[in-house]
Amino acid sequence: MVSEEKETILWEVFIQPKNGLSHRHCGSIHAPDREMAILSARNVYSRRGEGQSIWVVRSIDIVSSDPDEKEETFSSDDKIYRHPTFYDVPDDVGHM
Amino acid sequence: MKSNMADMVFEGLLRIADDNLILGHRTSEWCGHAPTLEEDLALPNIALDLIGHAQTLYCLACEINSRYKNEDQLAFLRLEHEYKNLLLVEQENGDFGNTVLRLFYFSTFMKYFWERVKIECCFTKLKEFSEKAFLETSYHSRYASQWVVTLGDGTDESNLKMSNAIANLEPFLGELFNNDDFTEMCSQNDFLPEPTSIFDSWKNEVKAILQKGNLDFPDIILKKRGGRKGEHSEAFGYLLSDLQYMQRAYPNSSW
Amino acid sequence: MARKQNEKIVSLEEFQEKIDRDEKIEPKDSMPEAYRKTLIRQIGQHAHSEVVGMLPEGNWITRAPTLRRKLSLLAKVQDEAGHGLYLYCAAETLGKSRMEMNQELLSGKAKYSSIFNYPTPTWADIGAIGWLVDGAAIMNQIPLCRCSYGPYARAMIRICKEESFHQRQGYEIMLTLARGTKAQKEMAQRALNRWWWPSVMMFGPSDADSPNTENSVKWKIKRYTNDELRQKFVDAIVPQAEKIGLTVPDKDLKWDKKRNNGQGGYAYGEINWDEFWRVVRGDGPMNNERISAKQKAWNEGSWVRAAAHAHALKKQTALQAAE
Repeated sequence: MVSEEKETILWEVFIQPKNGLSHRHCGSIHAPDREMAILSARNVYSRRGEGQSIWVVRSIDIVSSDPDEKEETFSSDDKIYRHPTFYDVPDDVGHM
Repeated sequence: MKSNMADMVFEGLLRIADDNLILGHRTSEWCGHAPTLEEDLALPNIALDLIGHAQTLYCLACEINSRYKNEDQLAFLRLEHEYKNLLLVEQENGDFGNTVLRLFYFSTFMKYFWERVKIECCFTKLKEFSEKAFLETSYHSRYASQWVVTLGDGTDESNLKMSNAIANLEPFLGELFNNDDFTEMCSQNDFLPEPTSIFDSWKNEVKAILQKGNLDFPDIILKKRGGRKGEHSEAFGYLLSDLQYMQRAYPNSSW
Repeated sequence: MARKQNEKIVSLEEFQEKIDRDEKIEPKDSMPEAYRKTLIRQIGQHAHSEVVGMLPEGNWITRAPTLRRKLSLLAKVQDEAGHGLYLYCAAETLGKSRMEMNQELLSGKAKYSSIFNYPTPTWADIGAIGWLVDGAAIMNQIPLCRCSYGPYARAMIRICKEESFHQRQGYEIMLTLARGTKAQKEMAQRALNRWWWPSVMMFGPSDADSPNTENSVKWKIKRYTNDELRQKFVDAIVPQAEKIGLTVPDKDLKWDKKRNNGQGGYAYGEINWDEFWRVVRGDGPMNNERISAKQKAWNEGSWVRAAAHAHALKKQTALQAAE
């Protein structure tokens, strides 16, 4: 009886702890449709009142970079001119 | 508070508290036995809210009636005829469909009930509590309505099971909307709304949800009643023997 | 997140170097098949234990003696469902679906912690489980927050945070009973007698008989061996029992200065490994009842899940027609 059942859809859950912060990935759940997904996400991931906004997205809809191309994709951080300390400003100018 | 007013408030609080405790008890029976792991979290969430409501209300009741020293004495140590809950909430769970349908009926009723208490209750502490209770019961109603639509609309089998659940619960709905001398007194004193005054809002919402689930709205006439007067069904005795077991077997102990 | 099989084969040496640098492994990174299998087995057993673990305690929700106890027990058992769910999701990132996991549990193929095959005949068992079983679990779990596999470590961080109240809840129950009437104190002592040895066994076979430990430690899936954790557990629990006037049921228990590299620790009696293996192999007091309860819930829920699928499909079709 078990084996005949279809897998339910896997959803990734993102919770925004409060206004002004971004939604953060906190885990996944199974649900057959988006309405149930939102309900379940709330029941599972905000049992202690965490968060005030929830996103759910189907796991298969997430496009991910290839880990084997990590080095090409994320070239090393050698562009030192992108960092503030690259630039000399006299001390008496104060914080800038 | 004058003594007849105090009696009224005490009795009114007990009615609501008992409904919540007993439905919370039934809902908690699902913990570990639900159709999916996600529902194993959802149902206890709701049971926690319901039992939590009962706890707050029993505490308020104890402040009014010095015969009871704490909320546990009210929850665990009354005799069966002293519980004033509706027959609807004490019935066995039945299947998952029957469980969510009952929850939908009850929480939708309570949502409108608390909404009215929020506006017009003369008892300040209850009025304050109603803000939170309203939000929580609104969520229960939304959760349960989604399942009622899903199961009603799902498959032929699930539609049939939901139709059976509607028939099964139908005799108990009349009591939910039954005005009696007591509810009239509560309403005249701006304490609690009369059940009949909630009927139209409840009916519109329930009808719309059942329709979305291809289900027929039941006839609501007063059939089975007695809970409010302490006359309970057989199922209630078994429930109490679970609920009260520890307090009865080990009297006068701290836990 | 669902895993896309990564074709690139990583050499064991390369992988070990990564682990030794304390780098985390993420779902789409290449990993040795044995690492993946070990994790699936361990996370799966852990998840099943949470889910089966709901039953012996859930048993007492409707009978809890006060509203306060009822609410905290209900919240605790619900947390266990949540923890099972987080762990199944972590296993899913390794390519093992929830449905497969569930099937293995229901068919009896999968293992879960044997401790949940013991019965909870009294309220004091709820105290003993919280105190001892959750106490043992926390010792196992805290090091797992630093496990090399990212999704498992993240799930464990969440779990440990949420479980922080579980052991205190159990100890408080035991403390109240121990300070209560004679009948209550006896109930507490009997529960401690029942749960002590199964709790000590919870850490698994001793290191000499634990074939998986070596790889697990090397790969930073486990950070301590079974015996190390067991020693920590005994050292922590014995004074807690003394504090509330309960007696640990081990006549060989005594302070041993040589333990813990000379810092001292408790020497404890011989563990009954026959019993351990008997329960693992399915012959414990409640093995059948636990699995039957899960099978019953699953089978009775099948129409609900089928309806939810059908309803979702109808909505999707209607949505497509509208577009």
